[in-house]
Amino acid sequence: MSVLDEVPATEADSAVPDSAALYRTIRFIRRFEERAVELVKAGEIRSGIHPCIGQEAVAAGAVATLDADDVVLSSHRGHGHLLAKGCDPARLMAELAGRATGIDRGRGGSFHPSDFSANVFNATGTVGHGAAIAAGIGWAAATAGSPRVVLSFFGDGAVSQGALLEGFNLAALWRLPVVYVCENNGYATTLPAGAAIAGTVVGRGEAFGIPSSSVDGQDAETVYAAVREAVVRARSGGGPSLLEMRTYRYHGHHTFELKTRLRYREQSEVDSWLGRDPLLIQAARVAEDERARVDAEVEARLDEVVRFAVASPYPDPATATDHLHADGLRPRPGSAR
Amino acid sequence: MPKLSYLKALHRALRDEMDRDESVFVLGEDMNFALTNTTSGFLDRFGADRVLEMPLSEQGFTNFATGAALAGRRPVVEFQIPFLLLLVFEQITNQANKFLLMSGGQRSVPVTYLMPAGGHRPGWGAQHSDQPYSLFAHMGVKTVLPATPTDAYGLLTTAIRDDDPVVVIGPLACLGVREDVDHADLVPVPLGKGRIHRAGTDVTLVATGHLVHEAIAVADDLAGDISVEVFDPRTVYPFDWDLLAESVGRTGRLVVADDTNRFSGLGAEVLATAAEELPLRVPPKRVSRPDGAVVGAAPELDAVLQPTREQIADAVRSVLKESGWGA
Ligand SMILES: Cc1ncc(C[n+]2csc(CCOP(=O)(O)OP(=O)(O)O)c2C)c(N)n1
Ligand SMILES: [Mg+2]
Repeated sequence: MSVLDEVPATEADSAVPDSAALYRTIRFIRRFEERAVELVKAGEIRSGIHPCIGQEAVAAGAVATLDADDVVLSSHRGHGHLLAKGCDPARLMAELAGRATGIDRGRGGSFHPSDFSANVFNATGTVGHGAAIAAGIGWAAATAGSPRVVLSFFGDGAVSQGALLEGFNLAALWRLPVVYVCENNGYATTLPAGAAIAGTVVGRGEAFGIPSSSVDGQDAETVYAAVREAVVRARSGGGPSLLEMRTYRYHGHHTFELKTRLRYREQSEVDSWLGRDPLLIQAARVAEDERARVDAEVEARLDEVVRFAVASPYPDPATATDHLHADGLRPRPGSAR
Repeated sequence: MPKLSYLKALHRALRDEMDRDESVFVLGEDMNFALTNTTSGFLDRFGADRVLEMPLSEQGFTNFATGAALAGRRPVVEFQIPFLLLLVFEQITNQANKFLLMSGGQRSVPVTYLMPAGGHRPGWGAQHSDQPYSLFAHMGVKTVLPATPTDAYGLLTTAIRDDDPVVVIGPLACLGVREDVDHADLVPVPLGKGRIHRAGTDVTLVATGHLVHEAIAVADDLAGDISVEVFDPRTVYPFDWDLLAESVGRTGRLVVADDTNRFSGLGAEVLATAAEELPLRVPPKRVSRPDGAVVGAAPELDAVLQPTREQIADAVRSVLKESGWGA
């Protein structure tokens, strides 16, 4: 069971977000990521990670609007999305650490995890390509008469990818129940969004007649309200929406930046965004004693999470070609028998 | 008995699967007018919810199919031109075919990619005549290349029922092939099982796609002089190595007629495996397109780069003249 199960997973009927629940989710994601960065430094997470620290309000606010049956398609910066959707944090951390107990048995890792028990269908590593996958899932739901909505996350880098725009077109053409959430954190690795995007992010959606707006992504309750409107529209047959979340990542693109200093952003810019920390913004809405209780619980749970992950066994190398094909087909080995 | 054409066999297989299983649907370009004839009459029979007309967004609709498959449907994506499979190579090989493993076995992606006119297209020139099956095999995507109407029916049926992504390429040169067969006698053909079209004792002639028919003609022409065993793998990946081993175990000689480029083509893999593992008495030979073939638009510049019956016959005769692996 997830510690986040205590957060009401279904708030779709509620126009008013649960401030304490959002605080808890943001706090959990923040501390999960900080613990994960520690595990990267300790050599336990060998791939490194793309931390979402600074962007937690987007994951928390957006996913809080969903029902359990709704689907999330995540991105390479996706731990927050999975945690908010109810993925077991211990098994997610084990997955990042490449352990057999991970949600994907060590085959998804930090970059492309999925958890079908939480309806996180995948985080494709091909930037921008989740958009049309989302359209396909939305189409399958709509034609089956299901109320399912699909939430597709991607970054500002993705809006320069043709396959994303093809996905927008299909979703708009057939009014599919998809909510596109662009986490514009200002950079695609080292490339500033302004140097990559002609026109605007919302202009990409408007071109297809998709209701599109730009939202303060540091305020979880603003995110919640905007996404809720889009989810309600999608569920009632009104088709897709695009929401640009203006946000910022406080860490590097990937933890490799702990070693390589790539000076692509000014400290003054980082500092000004630190002044709009989503954790502090949400904390201000929750009573101090409540916060203290949540913080302590989160810490205790994360102690268990980390203990579970590092104590878990590594996958057996003999299983490297398991799950390659649904019928168990084995490839011939690479060296002569 | 009625004559069943290859194209009609593809049509029947798809129609039968759509009749049998509601989750099967087809998507592609010019579906409303069944441009390739594979889906003639489908719109009336199944409706627009199961016959999806797609805009020219191949990467988008290939990913769309992946999404629908993850949600429990069984999409069949039709492509009109071989290079479109190159345009969506990433979506098939790096996404659809990897999601099962990446999810630790949680969910497979049962999509069929149907290319009902692959390979040589006289006069169409450089960009419309590729035969990319070796590339999918290289990436470990299940890939079939039926040569006859019964195999086209049987393999497309099995591809649709398979829980993994499967690429089905029907060579353009096979579409007109006809066979005496009753619809009622058509059955699924398992993936990964080759077929011996002609039994022989002197040489194993592996042939793919429309070259199977050339190989059969060569075997018939040479009968009396040389006893040629014609081996059609039918599935490119996974390849039926066991049946090949049996055949070469009998003949000790091998020729491969491969309808794709020489460098890193299927023929290269068959020869390499045979050299490593099979009891070849003499060096094997292959007939293929040249390395990295780019054909001209004038048919004279195209035909000269395609493998021919004469080349196959010459290769067979030459391995029979060999007496061993050198002086
Ligand atoms: C199609 C594609 N191009 C390039 C990459 C390499 N890559 C991985 S993440 C990334 C940056 C993506 O930036 P953005 O979409 O803004 O997301 P962010 O990392 O800022 O969250 C790049 C270039 C990729 N994975 N896929
Ligand atoms: Mg970015």
